[in-house]
Amino acid sequence: MSTMKPRPHIDHISRGFWEAAREGRLTVQRCDDCAHQHYPGAPICPNCLSDKQSWAPASGRGTLLSWVRFHRAYWDGFRDDLPYNVILVGLEEGPLMLSNLIGAEPESLKIGDPLQVSFEAVDETTTLPKFRPA
Amino acid sequence: MNAFHKLRDRIAVVGVGNTAYGNFPHTDDYGLGAEAFRRAIADCGLDKNKVDGLAVCRVPYYARMGEILGLAPRWTVQFPPHGRMSAMAIIEAAAALDAGLCDYAALIYANIGRSRRLNYGGEESPGVWDPFGFTSPGAAHALMFQRHRALYGTTTRQLAEVSVAFRHHAGLNPDAVMKQPITIEDHEAARPITEPLRLLDYCLINDGAVCLILTTKERARDLKQKPVLISGFGAREAYRQSSIANFDLNFWYDEVRDVAVQTYGMAGVGPQDVDALMCYDNFSPTVLFSLEGLGFCGQGESGAFVEGGTLRLGGRLPTNTDGGHLSCSYMQGWALNVEAVRQIRGQCGERQVKDAEVVQFVAATPCSRSIIYTPG
Repeated sequence: MSTMKPRPHIDHISRGFWEAAREGRLTVQRCDDCAHQHYPGAPICPNCLSDKQSWAPASGRGTLLSWVRFHRAYWDGFRDDLPYNVILVGLEEGPLMLSNLIGAEPESLKIGDPLQVSFEAVDETTTLPKFRPA
Repeated sequence: MNAFHKLRDRIAVVGVGNTAYGNFPHTDDYGLGAEAFRRAIADCGLDKNKVDGLAVCRVPYYARMGEILGLAPRWTVQFPPHGRMSAMAIIEAAAALDAGLCDYAALIYANIGRSRRLNYGGEESPGVWDPFGFTSPGAAHALMFQRHRALYGTTTRQLAEVSVAFRHHAGLNPDAVMKQPITIEDHEAARPITEPLRLLDYCLINDGAVCLILTTKERARDLKQKPVLISGFGAREAYRQSSIANFDLNFWYDEVRDVAVQTYGMAGVGPQDVDALMCYDNFSPTVLFSLEGLGFCGQGESGAFVEGGTLRLGGRLPTNTDGGHLSCSYMQGWALNVEAVRQIRGQCGERQVKDAEVVQFVAATPCSRSIIYTPG
Protein backbone atom coordinates (compact mmCIF):
# COMPACT_ATOMS: atom_id res chain seq x y z
CA MET A 1 0.00 0.00 0.00
CA SER A 2 1.16 3.45 -0.91
CA THR A 3 2.06 5.84 1.87
CA MET A 4 1.28 8.75 -0.46
CA LYS A 5 -1.98 10.58 -0.34
CA PRO A 6 -4.23 9.89 -3.31
CA ARG A 7 -3.77 12.33 -6.19
CA PRO A 8 -6.55 13.70 -8.38
CA HIS A 9 -7.67 11.45 -11.21
CA ILE A 10 -6.87 13.52 -14.30
CA ASP A 11 -8.58 12.68 -17.58
CA HIS A 12 -9.67 14.55 -20.69
CA ILE A 13 -12.55 16.15 -18.77
CA SER A 14 -10.97 16.99 -15.41
CA ARG A 15 -7.60 18.18 -16.83
CA GLY A 16 -8.83 21.77 -17.28
CA PHE A 17 -9.94 21.99 -13.64
CA TRP A 18 -6.60 20.81 -12.26
CA GLU A 19 -4.54 22.95 -14.63
CA ALA A 20 -6.48 26.02 -13.48
CA ALA A 21 -6.03 24.98 -9.84
CA ARG A 22 -2.26 24.83 -10.36
CA GLU A 23 -2.48 28.45 -11.47
CA GLY A 24 -4.52 29.36 -8.39
CA ARG A 25 -7.86 29.62 -10.19
CA LEU A 26 -11.04 27.84 -9.09
CA THR A 27 -13.27 26.78 -11.97
CA VAL A 28 -16.57 24.99 -12.49
CA GLN A 29 -17.74 23.39 -15.69
CA ARG A 30 -20.11 25.66 -17.61
CA CYS A 31 -22.25 24.68 -20.55
CA ASP A 32 -21.46 26.83 -23.61
CA ASP A 33 -25.06 26.48 -24.78
CA CYS A 34 -27.28 26.92 -21.70
CA ALA A 35 -24.79 28.29 -19.10
CA HIS A 36 -25.66 25.55 -16.57
CA GLN A 37 -22.78 25.19 -14.09
CA HIS A 38 -21.76 21.89 -12.54
CA TYR A 39 -18.98 20.05 -10.78
CA PRO A 40 -17.37 17.51 -11.16
CA GLY A 41 -16.98 17.80 -14.93
CA ALA A 42 -19.11 15.68 -17.20
CA PRO A 43 -19.03 14.76 -20.90
CA ILE A 44 -22.35 16.50 -21.58
CA CYS A 45 -24.52 19.08 -19.83
CA PRO A 46 -27.03 17.48 -17.42
CA ASN A 47 -29.48 20.27 -18.21
CA CYS A 48 -29.50 20.46 -22.03
CA LEU A 49 -27.23 17.55 -23.11
CA SER A 50 -24.88 19.81 -25.05
CA ASP A 51 -21.36 18.43 -25.42
CA LYS A 52 -19.85 21.93 -25.49
CA GLN A 53 -18.48 22.38 -21.97
CA SER A 54 -15.81 24.77 -20.67
CA TRP A 55 -14.07 25.35 -17.36
CA ALA A 56 -15.27 28.79 -16.30
CA PRO A 57 -13.88 30.92 -13.46
CA ALA A 58 -15.68 30.63 -10.12
CA SER A 59 -15.67 33.40 -7.53
CA GLY A 60 -13.98 31.22 -4.93
CA ARG A 61 -16.69 32.16 -2.46
CA GLY A 62 -18.97 29.61 -0.86
CA THR A 63 -20.71 28.62 2.34
CA LEU A 64 -20.11 25.80 4.81
CA LEU A 65 -22.91 23.25 4.33
CA SER A 66 -21.55 20.49 6.56
CA TRP A 67 -18.35 18.88 7.78
CA VAL A 68 -16.95 15.68 9.24
CA ARG A 69 -13.80 14.72 11.09
CA PHE A 70 -12.05 11.53 10.07
CA HIS A 71 -10.68 9.48 12.97
CA ARG A 72 -9.84 6.56 10.72
CA ALA A 73 -7.22 6.48 7.95
CA TYR A 74 -8.58 4.80 4.84
CA TRP A 75 -5.22 5.58 3.18
CA ASP A 76 -1.88 5.33 4.98
CA GLY A 77 -1.01 8.76 3.58
CA PHE A 78 -3.62 10.39 5.81
CA ARG A 79 -2.61 8.58 9.01
CA ASP A 80 -0.44 11.42 10.33
CA ASP A 81 -3.24 13.94 9.71
CA LEU A 82 -5.80 12.21 11.96
CA PRO A 83 -8.19 13.48 13.10
CA TYR A 84 -8.59 15.64 9.98
CA ASN A 85 -11.60 17.57 8.70
CA VAL A 86 -13.47 17.40 5.40
CA ILE A 87 -15.97 20.15 4.64
CA LEU A 88 -18.89 20.38 2.25
CA VAL A 89 -18.89 23.73 0.48
CA GLY A 90 -21.77 25.20 -1.49
CA LEU A 91 -20.10 27.34 -4.15
CA GLU A 92 -21.65 30.69 -4.99
CA GLU A 93 -22.18 29.32 -8.54
CA GLY A 94 -24.28 26.43 -7.23
CA PRO A 95 -22.19 23.26 -7.40
CA LEU A 96 -21.15 21.43 -4.21
CA MET A 97 -17.52 20.67 -3.47
CA LEU A 98 -15.78 18.63 -0.79
CA SER A 99 -12.52 20.05 0.53
CA ASN A 100 -10.62 20.73 3.74
CA LEU A 101 -10.94 23.74 6.03
CA ILE A 102 -7.66 25.53 6.73
CA GLY A 103 -6.91 28.42 9.05
CA ALA A 104 -9.60 27.38 11.54
CA GLU A 105 -11.26 24.28 12.96
CA PRO A 106 -14.80 23.54 11.78
CA GLU A 107 -15.95 23.26 15.41
CA SER A 108 -15.49 27.05 15.62
CA LEU A 109 -17.77 27.70 12.61
CA LYS A 110 -21.49 27.47 12.03
CA ILE A 111 -23.28 25.83 9.13
CA GLY A 112 -23.88 28.61 6.62
CA ASP A 113 -20.71 30.56 7.44
CA PRO A 114 -18.93 32.12 4.44
CA LEU A 115 -15.74 30.55 3.08
CA GLN A 116 -13.07 31.59 0.61
CA VAL A 117 -10.95 29.29 -1.55
CA SER A 118 -7.23 29.09 -0.76
CA PHE A 119 -4.89 26.98 -2.87
CA GLU A 120 -2.44 24.53 -1.37
CA ALA A 121 0.35 23.16 -3.54
CA VAL A 122 0.96 19.48 -2.76
CA ASP A 123 3.89 19.15 -5.21
CA GLU A 124 4.92 20.57 -8.60
CA THR A 125 2.02 18.86 -10.40
CA THR A 126 -0.87 19.03 -7.91
CA THR A 127 -2.51 22.00 -6.24
CA LEU A 128 -5.67 21.47 -4.17
CA PRO A 129 -8.41 24.05 -3.68
CA LYS A 130 -8.96 24.31 0.07
CA PHE A 131 -11.11 26.78 1.96
CA ARG A 132 -10.68 29.18 4.87
CA PRO A 133 -13.20 31.32 6.74
CA ALA A 134 -14.02 34.44 4.68
CA MET B 1 -53.38 6.40 -9.13
CA ASN B 2 -50.21 4.91 -10.57
CA ALA B 3 -50.68 2.17 -13.16
CA PHE B 4 -48.50 -0.20 -11.15
CA HIS B 5 -50.96 -0.07 -8.26
CA LYS B 6 -52.83 -2.87 -10.02
CA LEU B 7 -50.08 -5.14 -8.66
CA ARG B 8 -51.51 -4.72 -5.15
CA ASP B 9 -51.84 -8.13 -3.46
CA ARG B 10 -51.03 -9.99 -6.69
CA ILE B 11 -47.58 -11.29 -5.76
CA ALA B 12 -46.61 -13.27 -2.67
CA VAL B 13 -43.41 -14.10 -0.87
CA VAL B 14 -43.72 -17.84 -0.34
CA GLY B 15 -40.28 -18.93 0.80
CA VAL B 16 -37.52 -17.32 2.83
CA GLY B 17 -34.15 -18.61 3.94
CA ASN B 18 -30.96 -17.32 5.45
CA THR B 19 -27.61 -18.75 6.41
CA ALA B 20 -25.98 -18.22 9.77
CA TYR B 21 -24.37 -14.78 10.00
CA GLY B 22 -20.72 -14.29 10.92
CA ASN B 23 -17.20 -14.90 9.64
CA PHE B 24 -17.00 -17.86 7.25
CA PRO B 25 -13.63 -17.88 5.46
CA HIS B 26 -14.03 -21.58 4.60
CA THR B 27 -16.80 -20.88 2.07
CA ASP B 28 -17.56 -18.30 -0.62
CA ASP B 29 -20.43 -16.25 -2.08
CA TYR B 30 -21.80 -19.22 -4.02
CA GLY B 31 -21.65 -21.54 -1.02
CA LEU B 32 -23.55 -19.04 1.09
CA GLY B 33 -26.07 -18.29 -1.67
CA ALA B 34 -26.69 -22.00 -2.25
CA GLU B 35 -27.35 -22.61 1.44
CA ALA B 36 -29.85 -19.73 1.62
CA PHE B 37 -31.61 -21.06 -1.51
CA ARG B 38 -31.78 -24.59 -0.07
CA ARG B 39 -33.38 -23.23 3.10
CA ALA B 40 -35.88 -21.08 1.20
CA ILE B 41 -36.89 -24.07 -0.95
CA ALA B 42 -37.35 -26.18 2.18
CA ASP B 43 -39.35 -23.35 3.74
CA CYS B 44 -41.93 -23.25 0.93
CA GLY B 45 -41.83 -26.89 -0.17
CA LEU B 46 -41.49 -25.99 -3.86
CA ASP B 47 -39.87 -28.40 -6.34
CA LYS B 48 -36.71 -26.44 -7.06
CA ASN B 49 -36.92 -27.34 -10.75
CA LYS B 50 -40.02 -25.16 -10.96
CA VAL B 51 -37.91 -22.07 -10.23
CA ASP B 52 -37.77 -20.32 -13.60
CA GLY B 53 -36.74 -16.85 -12.46
CA LEU B 54 -33.39 -15.95 -10.90
CA ALA B 55 -32.23 -12.62 -9.50
CA VAL B 56 -28.84 -12.40 -7.82
CA CYS B 57 -27.20 -9.57 -5.91
CA ARG B 58 -23.59 -9.46 -4.75
CA VAL B 59 -23.20 -12.96 -6.17
CA PRO B 60 -20.31 -12.65 -8.66
CA TYR B 61 -21.84 -14.48 -11.65
CA TYR B 62 -25.50 -15.35 -12.12
CA ALA B 63 -24.74 -18.24 -14.51
CA ARG B 64 -22.43 -20.01 -12.06
CA MET B 65 -25.07 -19.58 -9.35
CA GLY B 66 -27.64 -21.09 -11.73
CA GLU B 67 -25.31 -23.97 -12.54
CA ILE B 68 -24.74 -24.70 -8.85
CA LEU B 69 -28.49 -24.72 -8.17
CA GLY B 70 -29.29 -26.75 -11.29
CA LEU B 71 -31.66 -24.10 -12.66
CA ALA B 72 -32.61 -23.28 -16.25
CA PRO B 73 -34.62 -20.06 -15.79
CA ARG B 74 -36.32 -17.97 -18.44
CA TRP B 75 -35.82 -14.75 -16.49
CA THR B 76 -32.46 -13.71 -14.97
CA VAL B 77 -31.30 -10.42 -13.52
CA GLN B 78 -28.04 -9.53 -11.82
CA PHE B 79 -28.04 -6.54 -9.50
CA PRO B 80 -24.87 -4.62 -8.59
CA PRO B 81 -23.52 -5.23 -5.07
CA HIS B 82 -24.99 -2.05 -3.62
CA GLY B 83 -26.98 -1.94 -0.42
CA ARG B 84 -29.96 -0.24 -2.00
CA MET B 85 -30.85 -3.16 -4.28
CA SER B 86 -33.03 -5.43 -2.12
CA ALA B 87 -36.42 -3.76 -2.61
CA MET B 88 -35.45 -2.80 -6.15
CA ALA B 89 -34.98 -6.50 -6.93
CA ILE B 90 -38.21 -7.55 -5.19
CA ILE B 91 -40.22 -4.97 -7.13
CA GLU B 92 -38.60 -6.03 -10.43
CA ALA B 93 -39.39 -9.67 -9.66
CA ALA B 94 -43.01 -8.80 -8.80
CA ALA B 95 -43.41 -7.05 -12.15
CA ALA B 96 -41.78 -9.96 -14.00
CA LEU B 97 -44.05 -12.50 -12.27
CA ASP B 98 -47.13 -10.44 -13.01
CA ALA B 99 -46.12 -10.16 -16.66
CA GLY B 100 -45.61 -13.91 -16.86
CA LEU B 101 -41.89 -13.65 -17.59
CA CYS B 102 -41.47 -16.33 -14.92
CA ASP B 103 -43.69 -18.29 -12.55
CA TYR B 104 -41.43 -18.73 -9.51
CA ALA B 105 -38.61 -16.25 -8.88
CA ALA B 106 -35.69 -16.96 -6.53
CA LEU B 107 -33.86 -13.86 -5.32
CA ILE B 108 -30.44 -14.58 -3.84
CA TYR B 109 -28.15 -12.20 -1.99
CA ALA B 110 -24.75 -13.29 -0.68
CA ASN B 111 -22.07 -11.27 1.11
CA ILE B 112 -18.59 -12.53 1.96
CA GLY B 113 -17.27 -9.07 2.87
CA ARG B 114 -16.18 -10.00 6.38
CA SER B 115 -13.82 -12.81 5.40
CA ARG B 116 -12.54 -10.72 2.50
CA ARG B 117 -11.79 -7.84 4.87
CA LEU B 118 -13.73 -5.21 2.93
CA ASN B 119 -13.68 -1.75 4.47
CA TYR B 120 -15.81 0.25 2.01
CA GLY B 121 -13.42 3.11 1.50
CA GLY B 122 -9.99 4.23 0.31
CA GLU B 123 -8.38 2.29 -2.53
CA GLU B 124 -11.34 -0.10 -2.60
CA SER B 125 -13.63 2.58 -4.01
CA PRO B 126 -11.71 5.38 -5.73
CA GLY B 127 -13.56 8.68 -6.03
CA VAL B 128 -13.18 12.25 -7.13
CA TRP B 129 -12.82 13.51 -3.52
CA ASP B 130 -9.95 11.17 -2.53
CA PRO B 131 -7.29 13.95 -2.61
CA PHE B 132 -9.13 15.66 0.29
CA GLY B 133 -9.28 12.43 2.27
CA PHE B 134 -13.01 11.96 1.81
CA THR B 135 -14.20 8.41 1.28
CA SER B 136 -16.72 5.80 2.50
CA PRO B 137 -20.51 5.70 2.81
CA GLY B 138 -20.16 6.27 6.56
CA ALA B 139 -18.54 9.67 5.98
CA ALA B 140 -21.38 10.65 3.62
CA HIS B 141 -23.91 9.83 6.34
CA ALA B 142 -21.82 11.72 8.89
CA LEU B 143 -22.02 14.78 6.62
CA MET B 144 -25.79 14.43 6.47
CA PHE B 145 -26.20 13.93 10.22
CA GLN B 146 -23.98 16.92 10.98
CA ARG B 147 -26.26 19.05 8.81
CA HIS B 148 -29.41 17.56 10.37
CA ARG B 149 -27.98 18.45 13.77
CA ALA B 150 -27.28 22.02 12.72
CA LEU B 151 -30.65 22.56 11.03
CA TYR B 152 -32.93 20.83 13.54
CA GLY B 153 -30.98 20.46 16.78
CA THR B 154 -30.93 16.64 16.57
CA THR B 155 -28.54 15.21 19.16
CA THR B 156 -26.20 12.21 19.20
CA ARG B 157 -28.11 10.94 22.25
CA GLN B 158 -31.24 10.84 20.11
CA LEU B 159 -29.27 9.04 17.42
CA ALA B 160 -28.19 6.56 20.08
CA GLU B 161 -31.83 5.57 20.59
CA VAL B 162 -31.72 3.88 17.18
CA SER B 163 -28.63 1.78 17.94
CA VAL B 164 -29.81 0.92 21.46
CA ALA B 165 -33.27 -0.23 20.30
CA PHE B 166 -31.88 -2.42 17.52
CA ARG B 167 -29.29 -3.99 19.82
CA HIS B 168 -32.09 -4.84 22.23
CA HIS B 169 -33.90 -6.65 19.41
CA ALA B 170 -30.73 -8.47 18.38
CA GLY B 171 -30.60 -9.90 21.89
CA LEU B 172 -33.93 -11.60 21.15
CA ASN B 173 -32.78 -13.00 17.79
CA PRO B 174 -30.73 -16.21 17.83
CA ASP B 175 -29.31 -15.37 14.36
CA ALA B 176 -27.96 -11.93 15.34
CA VAL B 177 -24.21 -11.27 15.35
CA MET B 178 -24.10 -8.61 18.12
CA LYS B 179 -26.27 -9.43 21.13
CA GLN B 180 -24.55 -7.66 24.05
CA PRO B 181 -26.96 -4.94 25.26
CA ILE B 182 -25.79 -1.33 24.93
CA THR B 183 -26.87 1.94 26.50
CA ILE B 184 -27.01 5.52 25.27
CA GLU B 185 -23.85 6.12 27.32
CA ASP B 186 -22.08 3.26 25.49
CA HIS B 187 -23.02 4.89 22.20
CA GLU B 188 -21.71 8.28 23.35
CA ALA B 189 -18.43 6.74 24.52
CA ALA B 190 -17.81 4.61 21.42
CA ARG B 191 -14.80 5.23 19.22
CA PRO B 192 -15.42 8.01 16.68
CA ILE B 193 -14.96 6.90 13.05
CA THR B 194 -16.13 9.83 10.94
CA GLU B 195 -17.29 12.33 13.55
CA PRO B 196 -20.12 12.98 14.38
CA LEU B 197 -20.65 9.23 13.79
CA ARG B 198 -19.18 6.63 16.11
CA LEU B 199 -18.66 2.89 15.89
CA LEU B 200 -22.18 2.10 17.15
CA ASP B 201 -23.70 4.19 14.34
CA TYR B 202 -22.11 1.88 11.77
CA CYS B 203 -23.55 -1.34 10.40
CA LEU B 204 -21.72 -4.59 10.91
CA ILE B 205 -19.71 -6.24 8.17
CA ASN B 206 -20.34 -9.98 8.21
CA ASP B 207 -20.72 -12.94 5.87
CA GLY B 208 -24.06 -14.51 5.08
CA ALA B 209 -26.76 -14.97 2.47
CA VAL B 210 -30.49 -14.56 2.11
CA CYS B 211 -33.00 -15.99 -0.35
CA LEU B 212 -36.63 -15.09 -1.05
CA ILE B 213 -38.94 -17.02 -3.34
CA LEU B 214 -41.82 -15.14 -4.94
CA THR B 215 -44.75 -16.25 -7.05
CA THR B 216 -48.27 -15.15 -7.88
CA LYS B 217 -50.98 -15.17 -5.23
CA GLU B 218 -52.76 -18.03 -7.02
CA ARG B 219 -49.69 -20.29 -7.17
CA ALA B 220 -48.85 -19.40 -3.58
CA ARG B 221 -51.91 -21.28 -2.32
CA ASP B 222 -50.35 -24.66 -3.22
CA LEU B 223 -47.23 -24.10 -1.12
CA LYS B 224 -46.37 -24.86 2.47
CA GLN B 225 -46.42 -21.47 4.17
CA LYS B 226 -49.16 -18.93 4.59
CA PRO B 227 -48.45 -16.48 1.73
CA VAL B 228 -47.27 -12.98 2.55
CA LEU B 229 -48.55 -10.49 0.00
CA ILE B 230 -46.80 -7.51 -1.50
CA SER B 231 -49.55 -4.93 -1.00
CA GLY B 232 -47.75 -1.73 -1.84
CA PHE B 233 -44.50 -0.32 -3.08
CA GLY B 234 -42.96 2.91 -4.29
CA ALA B 235 -39.76 4.15 -5.89
CA ARG B 236 -37.84 7.37 -6.54
CA GLU B 237 -34.17 7.99 -7.36
CA ALA B 238 -32.03 11.02 -6.48
CA TYR B 239 -28.99 11.04 -8.73
CA ARG B 240 -28.24 14.76 -8.70
CA GLN B 241 -25.45 14.61 -6.09
CA SER B 242 -24.11 11.16 -6.89
CA SER B 243 -20.50 12.28 -7.30
CA ILE B 244 -20.66 12.34 -3.49
CA ALA B 245 -21.76 8.73 -3.18
CA ASN B 246 -24.54 7.93 -0.70
CA PHE B 247 -25.23 11.59 0.00
CA ASP B 248 -28.14 13.98 -0.34
CA LEU B 249 -28.19 17.54 0.96
CA ASN B 250 -31.87 17.21 1.95
CA PHE B 251 -31.67 13.64 3.35
CA TRP B 252 -33.68 12.19 0.40
CA TYR B 253 -36.69 13.77 2.08
CA ASP B 254 -38.62 14.64 -1.09
CA GLU B 255 -37.87 11.26 -2.63
CA VAL B 256 -38.93 9.25 0.42
CA ARG B 257 -42.07 11.41 0.67
CA ASP B 258 -42.86 10.47 -2.92
CA VAL B 259 -42.14 6.80 -2.18
CA ALA B 260 -44.47 7.00 0.83
CA VAL B 261 -47.31 8.47 -1.22
CA GLN B 262 -46.92 5.74 -3.84
CA THR B 263 -46.59 2.91 -1.30
CA TYR B 264 -49.36 3.88 1.10
CA GLY B 265 -51.61 4.80 -1.80
CA MET B 266 -51.14 1.39 -3.40
CA ALA B 267 -51.62 -0.55 -0.16
CA GLY B 268 -54.52 1.60 1.04
CA VAL B 269 -52.95 2.18 4.46
CA GLY B 270 -51.07 4.98 6.20
CA PRO B 271 -48.21 5.28 8.67
CA GLN B 272 -50.68 4.90 11.54
CA ASP B 273 -51.51 1.37 10.32
CA VAL B 274 -47.91 0.09 10.29
CA ASP B 275 -47.39 -2.59 12.95
CA ALA B 276 -43.64 -2.90 12.40
CA LEU B 277 -41.08 -1.08 10.29
CA MET B 278 -38.03 -2.68 8.66
CA CYS B 279 -35.75 0.25 7.99
CA TYR B 280 -32.54 0.08 5.96
CA ASP B 281 -29.93 1.01 8.56
CA ASN B 282 -26.52 1.11 6.94
CA PHE B 283 -25.88 3.92 9.43
CA SER B 284 -28.12 5.06 12.26
CA PRO B 285 -28.98 8.49 10.73
CA THR B 286 -30.65 6.75 7.77
CA VAL B 287 -33.35 5.60 10.16
CA LEU B 288 -34.10 9.19 11.21
CA PHE B 289 -34.27 10.33 7.58
CA SER B 290 -36.60 7.42 6.72
CA LEU B 291 -39.03 8.18 9.56
CA GLU B 292 -39.34 11.78 8.40
CA GLY B 293 -39.78 10.93 4.73
CA LEU B 294 -42.42 8.30 5.44
CA GLY B 295 -44.35 10.80 7.55
CA PHE B 296 -44.09 9.13 10.97
CA CYS B 297 -43.02 12.62 12.07
CA GLY B 298 -42.35 15.95 10.41
CA GLN B 299 -39.03 16.87 8.81
CA GLY B 300 -36.53 17.63 11.54
CA GLU B 301 -38.63 15.94 14.24
CA SER B 302 -37.18 12.42 14.10
CA GLY B 303 -34.78 12.99 16.99
CA ALA B 304 -37.61 13.74 19.40
CA PHE B 305 -39.75 11.01 17.80
CA VAL B 306 -37.30 8.18 18.62
CA GLU B 307 -36.69 9.29 22.22
CA GLY B 308 -37.84 7.00 25.01
CA GLY B 309 -37.84 3.70 23.14
CA THR B 310 -40.27 4.45 20.29
CA LEU B 311 -38.52 1.94 18.03
CA ARG B 312 -38.35 -0.88 20.59
CA LEU B 313 -40.68 -3.85 20.74
CA GLY B 314 -43.62 -2.63 22.78
CA GLY B 315 -42.92 0.94 21.66
CA ARG B 316 -45.02 3.00 19.31
CA LEU B 317 -43.22 1.74 16.18
CA PRO B 318 -41.23 -1.51 16.60
CA THR B 319 -38.43 -1.17 14.07
CA ASN B 320 -35.83 -3.66 12.83
CA THR B 321 -37.04 -6.38 15.15
CA ASP B 322 -34.20 -8.69 14.00
CA GLY B 323 -31.56 -6.17 15.10
CA GLY B 324 -31.05 -4.63 11.66
CA HIS B 325 -27.73 -4.03 9.96
CA LEU B 326 -26.47 -2.33 13.10
CA SER B 327 -26.71 -5.45 15.27
CA CYS B 328 -28.11 -8.50 13.44
CA SER B 329 -26.44 -8.81 10.08
CA TYR B 330 -25.21 -6.72 7.17
CA MET B 331 -27.47 -8.29 4.57
CA GLN B 332 -28.09 -4.92 2.88
CA GLY B 333 -31.86 -4.82 3.27
CA TRP B 334 -32.43 -8.43 2.22
CA ALA B 335 -32.66 -9.85 5.74
CA LEU B 336 -35.00 -7.02 6.73
CA ASN B 337 -37.42 -8.09 4.00
CA VAL B 338 -37.18 -11.66 5.30
CA GLU B 339 -37.88 -10.38 8.81
CA ALA B 340 -40.96 -8.55 7.49
CA VAL B 341 -42.23 -11.84 6.03
CA ARG B 342 -41.57 -13.73 9.26
CA GLN B 343 -43.34 -11.06 11.32
CA ILE B 344 -46.44 -11.40 9.14
CA ARG B 345 -46.24 -15.19 9.45
CA GLY B 346 -45.88 -14.90 13.23
CA GLN B 347 -42.60 -16.85 13.30
CA CYS B 348 -40.46 -14.40 15.24
CA GLY B 349 -40.54 -15.98 18.69
CA GLU B 350 -39.45 -13.66 21.46
CA ARG B 351 -39.26 -10.70 19.09
CA GLN B 352 -42.69 -11.22 17.53
CA VAL B 353 -44.86 -8.13 17.17
CA LYS B 354 -48.30 -9.22 18.32
CA ASP B 355 -50.82 -9.49 15.46
CA ALA B 356 -48.46 -7.96 12.90
CA GLU B 357 -50.57 -7.40 9.79
CA VAL B 358 -48.95 -4.43 8.10
CA VAL B 359 -45.17 -4.55 7.95
CA GLN B 360 -43.24 -1.99 5.95
CA PHE B 361 -39.72 -2.06 4.51
CA VAL B 362 -38.03 1.22 3.59
CA ALA B 363 -34.62 2.20 2.23
CA ALA B 364 -33.69 5.89 2.11
CA THR B 365 -30.84 5.92 -0.40
CA PRO B 366 -30.11 7.43 -3.82
CA CYS B 367 -32.64 4.79 -4.96
CA SER B 368 -35.32 5.05 -2.29
CA ARG B 369 -37.81 2.20 -2.07
CA SER B 370 -40.53 0.92 0.21
CA ILE B 371 -42.64 -2.23 0.28
CA ILE B 372 -45.68 -3.04 2.41
CA TYR B 373 -46.31 -6.67 3.30
CA THR B 374 -49.64 -8.05 4.56
CA PRO B 375 -51.03 -11.53 5.28
CA GLY B 376 -52.43 -13.47 2.31
